[in-house]
Amino acid sequence: MSDRTIDRVAQATPVRAARKIRGLSDRAIAWIFISPTIFLLLAINIFPLIWTIKLSFTNFKANRIGREIKDVGFRNYERILTDSDTWLNMQATAHFLFWTIFFQVLIGFALAWLINKKFRGNDLWTTIIVLPMMLSPAVVGNFWKFLYQPQIGLFNYIIAWFTGKDPSSFEMLGSVQLAPWSIVIVDTWMWTPFVMLICLAGLRSIPDYIYEAAEVDRASKLRQFFTITIPMVLPFLMLAVLFRGIENFKMFDLVVQLTGGGPGSTTELTSINLKREAFEKWRTGYASAYAIILFVTVFGLASIYVKALNRVKQR
Amino acid sequence: MNAFLSGLIQFRRGPWEMVATILIAAGVLMLMQPFVLWAFTYSFIVTLIGTVMFIIVSHFPE
Repeated sequence: MSDRTIDRVAQATPVRAARKIRGLSDRAIAWIFISPTIFLLLAINIFPLIWTIKLSFTNFKANRIGREIKDVGFRNYERILTDSDTWLNMQATAHFLFWTIFFQVLIGFALAWLINKKFRGNDLWTTIIVLPMMLSPAVVGNFWKFLYQPQIGLFNYIIAWFTGKDPSSFEMLGSVQLAPWSIVIVDTWMWTPFVMLICLAGLRSIPDYIYEAAEVDRASKLRQFFTITIPMVLPFLMLAVLFRGIENFKMFDLVVQLTGGGPGSTTELTSINLKREAFEKWRTGYASAYAIILFVTVFGLASIYVKALNRVKQR
Repeated sequence: MNAFLSGLIQFRRGPWEMVATILIAAGVLMLMQPFVLWAFTYSFIVTLIGTVMFIIVSHFPE
């Protein structure tokens, strides 16, 4: 009966009024909501990217606007990829990447393993361990600069206490040998908790019945660790490695605060070198080509990261 | 190995993504290695091929 009433009302409604009442379609409303985001994405990300690609084939200098812009083809890419100084910067970045990831995975996994064991004050320790990650890189860089001071720095005093050396006999930030390690130590201190949290998520996702079955089969603790724990946590570890790899490849603020790329160019990572080329030497075309090289590398790594993430989700 | 090769021939996503991933990883390693300059020189093109391939093959059927 009510259906008939509805039909009658619908048929009696004039078409223009019905359109007004019906209003916008769901699709139109969806477009209205997402269009500002799409516009911002195009304006902030896509347009600058296309513009950078275009500039990378020119000799454009941003501090000389009136100068004629010449098309130089692939010369900027060729110069970057055959430059031994850029290669050295890449090696400095590789040293930083490799050792930070190595220590962060090692210490992060060990901490996660310990935190996963239920003990008194577990939550408090987790909070304390996670604290460095919540600080700003600029703040961390500044206070580690004080810790590394040869005269008053706590770090030098602790090392001196263990080794028996004079605290002012070595300079962490001023020495060519020690400066690359000083930035590795700070980044490890700051980002190990992040790796620990990911590993902890991996460890907590392992069901207890797998260990119980292993106990029934009389598998030793060591065997359980290598045949159950490690394979089950591995996708999470991979995720942490990729995430930290991508982040550290772009590392800038922390290292600028600590060493500014020095002494010489021993800690001049690619992002610092890129900033120098773009905003100190004002070689905009060259810097654009450099940025595209770094972008493609990070994009490639990010693709693998997304693939690994999907694999973890499927588990 | 046979499954991998037949996946490649049939344009399946998994094996092709694996090839693209290997190319990207090789490109990144070539970019950052401290041994030979020529590997650094060709690293970008290897990474670029791997990345473009990854974008294309991620639309292949499973």
